[in-house]
Amino acid sequence: MSATAETKKGRQPPPFLSYLTKIGKTLGSIAVTMIGLLFVTFVIGRVMPIDPVIAVLGERATKETYDATYIAMGLDKPYIVQFFYYLWDVIQGDFGPSRLTARPVEDDIARVFPATLELATLGTLIGVIIGVPLGVLAAVKRGTLFDQIARVVALIGYSMPIFWLGLVGLLIFYGILGWVGGPGRVGIFYVDLVPTVTGMILVDSILDGQWDVFWNAVSHIILPASLLGYYSLAYISRMTRSFMLEQMSAEYITTARVKGMSEWAVIWRHAFGNIKVQLITVIALSYAGLLEGSVLTEIIFSWPGIGSYITTALLSADMNAVLGGTVVVGLVFVCLNIFSDLLYKFFDPRAQ
Amino acid sequence: MIKLSRRRLLAAGLVAAMAIAPASVPNAARAETPSDMLVIANRIDDITTLDPAESFEFAGSDVSRNVYGKLVNFDPLNMDKGYQPDLAASWDVSEDGKTITFTMRDGVKFHSGNPVTAEDAEFSLRRAVLLKKTPSFILTQFGFNADNVEETIKAEGNKLSITTDKKYATSFVLNCLTATIGGIVDKKTVMANEKDGDMGNEWLKTNSAGSGAYKVVSWKPNDSVTLQANNDFYKGAPAMKRVIVRHVQESATQRLLLEKGDIDVARNLNPEDVAGAGSKKGVAIDSELRGRLMYISLNQKHPVLSKPKVIEAIRYLADYKGMQDSFLKGQYTIHQAFLPRTYLGEIDDKPYSLNIEKAKSLLKEAGVSGLEIEVGVREAQERIEIAQSLQNTFGQVGIKLNITVGTAKQILTRYRARELDMYMGAWGPDYPDPQTNAGTFAYNPDNSDEAKATGLLAYRNAWNPGAMNQAVEAAVIEPDRDVRRKMYEDIQREHQRVSPFIVMFQKIEQTGRRDNVKNLTLGGAITAVSYWPVTK
Amino acid sequence: MTAVGIPEPDKQGWREWLLTEAPTSRRHARAASLYQGWLTLKSNKLTMIGVGILVFLFLVALFAPFLAPHDPFAQELGYRLQPLWTDGHLLGTDSLGRDILSRLIYGSRITLYIVLMVALIAPIAGLFVGTVAGYVGGWADTILMRITDIFLAFPRLVLALAFVAALGAGIENAVLAIALTAWPPYARIARAETLSIRKSDYISAVKLQGAGPLRIITKHIWPLCISSLIVRVTLDMAGIILAAAGLGFLGLGAQPPSPEWGAMISEGRKFLLDYWWIATVPGLAIFTVSLAFNLLGDGLRDVLDPKDGGEL
Repeated sequence: MSATAETKKGRQPPPFLSYLTKIGKTLGSIAVTMIGLLFVTFVIGRVMPIDPVIAVLGERATKETYDATYIAMGLDKPYIVQFFYYLWDVIQGDFGPSRLTARPVEDDIARVFPATLELATLGTLIGVIIGVPLGVLAAVKRGTLFDQIARVVALIGYSMPIFWLGLVGLLIFYGILGWVGGPGRVGIFYVDLVPTVTGMILVDSILDGQWDVFWNAVSHIILPASLLGYYSLAYISRMTRSFMLEQMSAEYITTARVKGMSEWAVIWRHAFGNIKVQLITVIALSYAGLLEGSVLTEIIFSWPGIGSYITTALLSADMNAVLGGTVVVGLVFVCLNIFSDLLYKFFDPRAQ
Repeated sequence: MIKLSRRRLLAAGLVAAMAIAPASVPNAARAETPSDMLVIANRIDDITTLDPAESFEFAGSDVSRNVYGKLVNFDPLNMDKGYQPDLAASWDVSEDGKTITFTMRDGVKFHSGNPVTAEDAEFSLRRAVLLKKTPSFILTQFGFNADNVEETIKAEGNKLSITTDKKYATSFVLNCLTATIGGIVDKKTVMANEKDGDMGNEWLKTNSAGSGAYKVVSWKPNDSVTLQANNDFYKGAPAMKRVIVRHVQESATQRLLLEKGDIDVARNLNPEDVAGAGSKKGVAIDSELRGRLMYISLNQKHPVLSKPKVIEAIRYLADYKGMQDSFLKGQYTIHQAFLPRTYLGEIDDKPYSLNIEKAKSLLKEAGVSGLEIEVGVREAQERIEIAQSLQNTFGQVGIKLNITVGTAKQILTRYRARELDMYMGAWGPDYPDPQTNAGTFAYNPDNSDEAKATGLLAYRNAWNPGAMNQAVEAAVIEPDRDVRRKMYEDIQREHQRVSPFIVMFQKIEQTGRRDNVKNLTLGGAITAVSYWPVTK
Repeated sequence: MTAVGIPEPDKQGWREWLLTEAPTSRRHARAASLYQGWLTLKSNKLTMIGVGILVFLFLVALFAPFLAPHDPFAQELGYRLQPLWTDGHLLGTDSLGRDILSRLIYGSRITLYIVLMVALIAPIAGLFVGTVAGYVGGWADTILMRITDIFLAFPRLVLALAFVAALGAGIENAVLAIALTAWPPYARIARAETLSIRKSDYISAVKLQGAGPLRIITKHIWPLCISSLIVRVTLDMAGIILAAAGLGFLGLGAQPPSPEWGAMISEGRKFLLDYWWIATVPGLAIFTVSLAFNLLGDGLRDVLDPKDGGEL
């Protein structure tokens, strides 16, 4: 499990105090991780062989313009000073302006992250809804044809280059069959029709009661989400299968069977009940993976998410944007990690 | 193991559900876009600002041209006529040729409703000089600077006068004013949004305050630009009430959208997709010659690449025709001089073609063998293909060409620092006057490392043009159009022979459009796209 | 199949010797358990398909110059984008008129190179960090695991991209970049294993015999961690190949004219709608090899580590 919730065993302080220490420790380790993350990103930004001033000004800047910008960007100061200036601003919630989009990084993230969140959530849902039953069945029917097919289906999801699958999917389902909407988050007539509340069009359109926008957004998201879903399905179903196998060979299962319990109850109530916690960890991890933004999927589906935001920024040395994006993704990862740790502690008596 | 037919059913159901799920989604496919809306797919990730004093890239110029009026401008439906009156109804040139006085057009209003006055024009040009953003050199080359703008750019009544430091060809000055930086902004609106003395720069980056045919509704980076028609446009309300430019990276994706009728125009189709989409019903393809040149250049700091015979040999080592007729088909045409066709002084001489034997003997004369050089190329499919073709032909004479691919900014950083042996890339003119390219391909007054004239291509390749410097300086102040044309022709013929630049191709932009879209012009080699004449 | 070269019984006795219930030496025991593992592995058809594909890949890479019908770099601009089953170009030609089959064959070498290099670097780095953290404990553990956490929390692609962007595009740097993003999970696994072994009687016994920490880690803890790492690595192979392909897609992987499969897809995607095979052929190649590694990994998991939940 995660080291973020590591505790020393042995001493027994009063319960509430130990909780406080635990919370303190957790927060402390988040802070250390985040600062470390920022520091590494900052260093990367400095060693990149891209002149950040050129990145801002383009290739035709005169020397005068160049020098003025160099100083305006604070590049004349030592690195370590630049880093602490930056850190201080971030602590105050100011990520600085993005050089590429000409607006504050936090605004950009508020725009691109919901797009990724929407896609990743739906993808994970698809992965869970199909992947978990698939994994359970494969375990129950271990060694049968079903198991083998499930294995190959899952492995295909694991092994297919997503940019190839994405283009072919678009060609077939959008180009030829016309079953789904094309690239982008909504059709062109539906752009800007609903007020932005969460930034997730599926949610915003429901909040606003605009069902045609909702359905149009669904038709656009279904293909990329299915692709991401397929990928997480592969992972989730394999994990589910192996957790289930472990449970199915346990003694209590045999006992339950001997007691005449129905097979359904044995599988779902007993065996599955016991793998829930492990499963949540796996799902959280796969969710976190999707939340960092699948750049390739985003490029092919013209999906303005955080993956392509960070990538574009990185390739143009727009370091404020890269740092901001990295912090957000890192924070999401750490939080999901802690969340699954907590669940683990909560559900699993052995861990207490 | 265990027989569970119920589970099997469940599994079958799931698979079936997966297969039919998309079919049950309504609204998935819609037929064409509304008749008063123009939807365009383009790569717009190069837009970093909408401020005309700062905007410099292609997609940004496309927005700016439709939003900001200029003193003089091009008529999209008659580009050959050259610059025409726009916000200035007429102009006079003083006897010494240094001062141009514009008389402003009456009755034109900004989107805000404020009238367009000489004071706005004065503010806009001064502002561009004072802000010192990247494109400011287009104005400052006439001697304007922060200290003298009060005198050199002056409004009086409905007249604006600008005074240059030397006598330049009037066409040169006016051509420069048609560039994006010549856009006239609404002084009142802009100054109302000023912050920390930035003359509204921060605000104008994402908003607009112009008098053109359209106003900006929104610019979402890497996503879309939405424009709304200005019904009070002085040339008449545009037919397209809304123009939406969507960022679509991949050519294949743009093609699918176009074929389905979800967009009206696709601007980044590659040759194969042009051929594919062009054969579909309802799709038409336009070809328009643009100003961008594809060239290779050799770093003159390199001991071998600086030998004239070696440079000449390399001119014979590009498979111009093979590339033009294969992977560049329809999108680039062979061109071997630094002024794009349609520019004053253009020449159409094509003295070089692939000739392995000739190159071999030239290299032999130069005593060169076993040469290994690095070429920097930015990450773009067609450029990588050109580089690989060069690698192939270079290899046939024993030159090993190592290709370094990087992002645009990365390669540029090394190019500007004079670190690349060889560069393969594109150059687009900044304003529609021959000086724009002459002043960079053939001009480099101080070649020392300390000069840091990194904006000049000749400098980046450490090339000293020698007497050509004076020729370029003379051409830019020559008032007689025909004499001036002749001067540029001569410079180019010399340049074509002695410079370390090997210009290979000029860009042809192929646009896929729905065949009901009429009168869309991309701006040729001299300006950007115009949406206001478009009808459907 | 002789798992280990030990000069003891003759041919007839091999099977019996390997299947013995009472091993006579440590070597004997190890050989016997390896053999039994192999038998289990062999009984799984899918796994054997995977092994077969990998052996085939290895042979193709080894004999590429003899198998390839053309020079993989030879261009012929007048003969580009030829369809499948063209005379002389079984899988057609690409945008520059190069033979796709030959490029595919030579590309297998690059794929193998990537896979082997990452498979060497990342798990060993992870093993080292994880076991040291787990065994030494205390502040060393805290610092090492905090670093691991930072790298884990890093968006993988940003890290890989940044690394490649900083050091320059190219296959070696792509390998290093992927390894850099791949090691933290291995460190986690190795640490968890170490923690569970550290307190065991077995290690205490070794300690009593006077073994130093270095010896304990390298001789006693590492061997025990290896099986779960091998399983994990094999399952990650597909991800590694795809990551390299993804970097190639973004132009940061192998440099032209290298016939790296990911780069080939990336070049061919431009023509996907009309000339689908140009991207699809290398796509299928990547898919087949990834699938093979996954099948092998899945089988290995059943053999080496039946209870492994594949945590992290």
